[in-house]
Amino acid sequence: MSTTMDVPSARKREIIEKAVIRFCGDSGDGMQITGNQFTNTVALYGNDLATFPDYPAEIRAPAGTLPGVSGFQVHFSSNDVYTPGDAVDALVAMNPAALKVNLADLKPNGILIVNLDSFKETDLRKAQMKANPLEDHSLDGYRLFTVELQRLTRTALKDVGLDAKSMDRCKNFFALGMCYWLYNRSMDSTMRWIEDKFKGKAQLVEANRLALQAGYSYCEATEAFQTTYEIPPAKLSPGVYRNISGNSALALGFVAASQKSGLPLFLGSYPITPASDILHELSQYKDFGVITFQAEDEIAGITSAIGAAYAGALAITTTSGPGMALKTEALGLATMIELPIVICDIQRGGPSTGLPTKTEQADLLQALFGRNSEAPIPVVAPATPGECFWMALEASRIAVKHMLPVIVLSDGYLANGAEPWRIPTTSELPEIPVKFETNPENFHPYRRDPETLSRPWALPGTPGLEHRVGGLEKEDVTGNVSYDPLNHEHMVRLRAEKVALIANDIPDAVVDGDQSGDLLIVGWGSTQGAITAAVKAQRAKGNRIGHLHLRYLNPLPKNVGDILKRYKRVLVPEMNLGQLVTVLRAKYLIDAQGYNKIQGKPFKQAEIEAKIEEFLD
Amino acid sequence: MTTATLPVYTKKDFQTDQEVRWCPGCGDYAILSAVQMVFAELRIPREKFVVISGIGCSSRFPYYMKTYGFHSIHGRAPAIATGVKIARPDLEVWVATGDGDSLAIGGNHTIHMLRRNVGIKVLMFNNRIYGLTKGQYSPTSELGKKTKSTPFGVADRPFNPVSLAIGSEATFVARSVDIFQAHLKETLKKAAAHKGSAYIEILQNCNIFNDGAWETLTEKDARSEQVIQIEHGKPLIFGKNRDKGIRLNGLDLEIVQLGNGITEKDLLVHDEKHPRPSYAFLLAHMGERPGFPTPIGVFRACDDVPRYEDMISEQIKQVQARRGKGDLDKLLHAGDTWEVRA
Repeated sequence: MSTTMDVPSARKREIIEKAVIRFCGDSGDGMQITGNQFTNTVALYGNDLATFPDYPAEIRAPAGTLPGVSGFQVHFSSNDVYTPGDAVDALVAMNPAALKVNLADLKPNGILIVNLDSFKETDLRKAQMKANPLEDHSLDGYRLFTVELQRLTRTALKDVGLDAKSMDRCKNFFALGMCYWLYNRSMDSTMRWIEDKFKGKAQLVEANRLALQAGYSYCEATEAFQTTYEIPPAKLSPGVYRNISGNSALALGFVAASQKSGLPLFLGSYPITPASDILHELSQYKDFGVITFQAEDEIAGITSAIGAAYAGALAITTTSGPGMALKTEALGLATMIELPIVICDIQRGGPSTGLPTKTEQADLLQALFGRNSEAPIPVVAPATPGECFWMALEASRIAVKHMLPVIVLSDGYLANGAEPWRIPTTSELPEIPVKFETNPENFHPYRRDPETLSRPWALPGTPGLEHRVGGLEKEDVTGNVSYDPLNHEHMVRLRAEKVALIANDIPDAVVDGDQSGDLLIVGWGSTQGAITAAVKAQRAKGNRIGHLHLRYLNPLPKNVGDILKRYKRVLVPEMNLGQLVTVLRAKYLIDAQGYNKIQGKPFKQAEIEAKIEEFLD
Repeated sequence: MTTATLPVYTKKDFQTDQEVRWCPGCGDYAILSAVQMVFAELRIPREKFVVISGIGCSSRFPYYMKTYGFHSIHGRAPAIATGVKIARPDLEVWVATGDGDSLAIGGNHTIHMLRRNVGIKVLMFNNRIYGLTKGQYSPTSELGKKTKSTPFGVADRPFNPVSLAIGSEATFVARSVDIFQAHLKETLKKAAAHKGSAYIEILQNCNIFNDGAWETLTEKDARSEQVIQIEHGKPLIFGKNRDKGIRLNGLDLEIVQLGNGITEKDLLVHDEKHPRPSYAFLLAHMGERPGFPTPIGVFRACDDVPRYEDMISEQIKQVQARRGKGDLDKLLHAGDTWEVRA
């Protein structure tokens, strides 16, 4: 529903519920910055939102070509937002390649802003276009606005004293200024950002401010846009909010875990997309005593973390699929020596190098089983960017309490996507109690806590507790090397039971929607938004559907089996070929069906809805 | 604990109750004994020692040392040790490794630990063979050597461990021999006193798969001709009658006979503290050349290079001095925030 009212500039201002806008251009066009700025501005205004940054693996593919296209999509609304949006209301395309790659997602009659200056013959050739779409009526189904972004930006900046190339670099802010005008947004926060970002470079501050202002004024002065849009703030639950990405939330979560446990935080990591931002962020927090070690390789990333855990730190390592594969042997070692570390796998498209900047959920079975022999490891998976904060804390708590490695499965979509996040007060954070062994009386390195089966954490430097640990099989209790066949079976079972017992220490799974009925959708990780939106829409049509989203993948919550029995059919959408569904079928002997998408892109709400309808038919 | 209140340790205090499972006659026994004796003499509380190893015969070492010990996975001991040392610079971290563990599967970790100058002492047992896997060639096996995996002879050129360590910017590099107990203990003590990374190649015999690995150097009659002991500040002299020396000729080394106008003053004087590694490189490769003796002792000992873990701690201190200790609440609220009211 939208209402129309008059605004002083004699243009119509429409109040609408939501909008999806996508900025796209060459990877050198600053689309990620533009998108982030727009996101921040709508977040500060109080809209709920979700973002989808989509950028190529190449830093700078040849300018103007199809592989070089970078995009950033923002869905903002006065209501709850679950996904970055299936289709786009407004598309800003900086060149023909960006237009070609992104046009299919623009709604009929959607707003299309293109940079006229980049539609010359050579630009079209680079985008492998035979005809100029601005001239052949192929864009007639959209509200097309051609703007000379380059010329207008240069005109606005003519007195700043920059060379042409530097002036052209500001044209993304001209486009951003236009969008602020179009959606009635204040430029204040971006103006502040510009000042901070280019501190000490007065020319660049002035140039970017002028470009932003010029874009805004251009809309004000020309008659191009007859309507502007207003999206009132969302009704979020009370509290102080900030905008947060999944990687940022993980970093903050681990700092919080370090503070709550009193353990110094150690990150051993090797740069890999899309996990590197966690390393970048944590390396800033030296005031919290955080140690970040950029290791020589993925293996040293995790083994240095194991060393730090052995020495008494809250030790973590961060990586993505290929790095996870390299860490496999060390994960077995961590399982054997029973020390707490947290491994974050920010999944991306694979196998091998695969699609480094695209999202996927295909490392689940690797996380659950991908080690030699019997080496069970607890696995948790946040479902939203903000939840990454809580799962970092939870993984740390489980690791330290149960004395074992814990895997956090995030993905590229959660890592780079952002949402408004209610900042918790420190009193809301869980306690993470830590006990180091100090008593030499009857000390044995593998004597176990009867409740959790965890072994004592005995730090080097503690008098009287000198002992040896290692990868060879251990004799129960003493930890001495043992090749005894029955002891080996006992220890294998013990390590498995230790992980299984964590089920007593995690919350029951909760179903959203119908608590029993025709269909249960089971998901995990970043598919949550699309599933939630789809289930909500389908239930509104009268269908009886439940949605179970699993945050704990090993061990599974104790009530999962009971929940599965309450529905006639079970559907498991995953961005893989059916990994969770395999586990559920094997463990609970139910005829769950998979719905699989492996395109490096998240599910759309419509795709899941279509599948639901097919199932309920 | 102050030095005065430290218990006086003996070798026995560093022996565990574990049955030592090396082959009878293995050179590792001699190394274990020397290390236990040296640790007892260092006047450091026993609980401060951590001995970390990878995989291989040499890597069983931690089980036999009554200290904190960590028998890890193949090649990774330097990386684990780096994590330990960065997290706890107060610990005395030693790595026991071999020519396969350190130079093949663990080569990457070895060179990076050395370039960073992490305060870790590495005992690299070099027997030029894979023992635990029963007799394949190693990265230090001689060209042409016939082993189980090279029945027609090794075709890859070997590493010179001392040269590799110097090339990795190691600040302390030494070589000793399993059965030269006095020399080995002396070398271990020097390594212990060094602040940064120390890499000690210990020539070791594997009497099962490569017996006589270093026979040409260790045989009583050959020793004085085939081995030259290098000592800081002393001229390079060797030979049964100590009548031969090493002299610099242009950019190369030559052997000279003392007498006939050639005196000790013409010889190279060993300088382990030389700021540039070129001279240590020349020495490192000397043993491979026909007629030249193999040097043992400390090749390089530069103590003025900062340790990695100290720089890490220093950065944290400086940032905390500038920003104050981190406040979690402030961190969570950093950047743009907005309030939603009830």
